[in-house]
Amino acid sequence: MTLMPRNRANHPLPYAPGYKSSIPRSPKLALVSGAPTATEQTGPVFGHELIGKLDNNLILNFTGEPAIGERIIVHGRVLDETGRGVAGALVEVWQANAGGRYRHKKDGYLAPLDPNFGGCGRTLTGADGSYEFLTIRPGAYPWPNGVNDWRPMHIHFSVFGQSFGQRLITQMYFEGDPLIARCPIVNTIPDKAAIDRLVAPLDMGRALPHDCLAYKFDIVIRGNRQTMFENRMEGL
Amino acid sequence: MVQQLGYLPESASQTAGPYVHIGCTPNFVGIHGIYAEDLGATPFPEDAPGQRITLTGVVRDGLGKTLNDVMVEFWQADAQGRYGPGAQGFARRASNFETGEWELKTIKPGAVAGMAPHIGVWVVARGINIGLQTRLYFEGDDHSKDPLLTRLEHQNRRDTLIARDTGNGTYRFDICLQGDGETVFLDM
Ligand SMILES: [Fe+2]
Repeated sequence: MTLMPRNRANHPLPYAPGYKSSIPRSPKLALVSGAPTATEQTGPVFGHELIGKLDNNLILNFTGEPAIGERIIVHGRVLDETGRGVAGALVEVWQANAGGRYRHKKDGYLAPLDPNFGGCGRTLTGADGSYEFLTIRPGAYPWPNGVNDWRPMHIHFSVFGQSFGQRLITQMYFEGDPLIARCPIVNTIPDKAAIDRLVAPLDMGRALPHDCLAYKFDIVIRGNRQTMFENRMEGL
Repeated sequence: MVQQLGYLPESASQTAGPYVHIGCTPNFVGIHGIYAEDLGATPFPEDAPGQRITLTGVVRDGLGKTLNDVMVEFWQADAQGRYGPGAQGFARRASNFETGEWELKTIKPGAVAGMAPHIGVWVVARGINIGLQTRLYFEGDDHSKDPLLTRLEHQNRRDTLIARDTGNGTYRFDICLQGDGETVFLDM
């Protein structure tokens, strides 16, 4: 398998002055391009023994007592650019609680901590690339950037594919949230269609009556192509 | 009209933000009891063959300020130059909240497929909109045939990819995101 080149047009600009933190933290010089080598092509493979029973249940995984908030299922598939589901991909998530507060010493927002909400979860995708989390809908929260900037409701996602060169961290947004279009972090992405692909639709087909709503979020990582000519013998 | 190629566009990256630790190294920020240990805490089992080394470093921004909220990931071959098996060779570190330092105890990787010994490095943080890919090579190794180092257009930037030997199996690798001494970042 060979990694396909990354199409940077699908991504945010590294230097995006609307998001002030990016100003001193973005490289000014060009990236050095090259064909992927074994270092980028291979990557860590995580086994099922890593994953605990409640790791993908953010409602219960902190204390065993339920977290406060709107119960939701977040599910989808990890695919690569060729359209194949990526099996055994490690997906890690983190989020604020229902009031928009993170369990982190650097978060001093007014909203209270929920004693039963830790804020992280992880899972490995199934054979078809599918994954599922049970969590609560995170609250929107204010953040220091402009005078009155608010993050839309979002869940942070970290994804490992089969190759270290496929590493991706992104965020999932929720259909219908009016804060999405106003968010300076969202707007680091110049392509409107690429923003839309980070917005998860409500999925009543997966909602559980009298229990929880569901949102569907597919994640596409860099393509790994496979052709019969890929592993040809030297000189052929 | 022609047939559709049917490729899917890669999902857009978004910054890991200031709270990346909650998801990636929860025990490091005091969220205990969900995962027994943080992912990538130890890249190799204790009995893995090879030379023990300690890597340290910081990440600095364009104004020379040390980042204290960065997460760095490492992917390396074993002492024989083989990747894997499993997650062996993978490590993850959060920088210290006060000093910005990270430290990784690992083994020195062997050479892989004509390349000088090196470690793949991936850097994310608040303000970094798409993860930055770079490499850590080792001072003292023969780099004269390494395909990446030899073809850098700006050879004066090559040292940004080489960890300084600070004696007794310790190496120093500071990353500069922008400005004077900007680290070479890769698109590979
Ligand atoms: Fe966030």
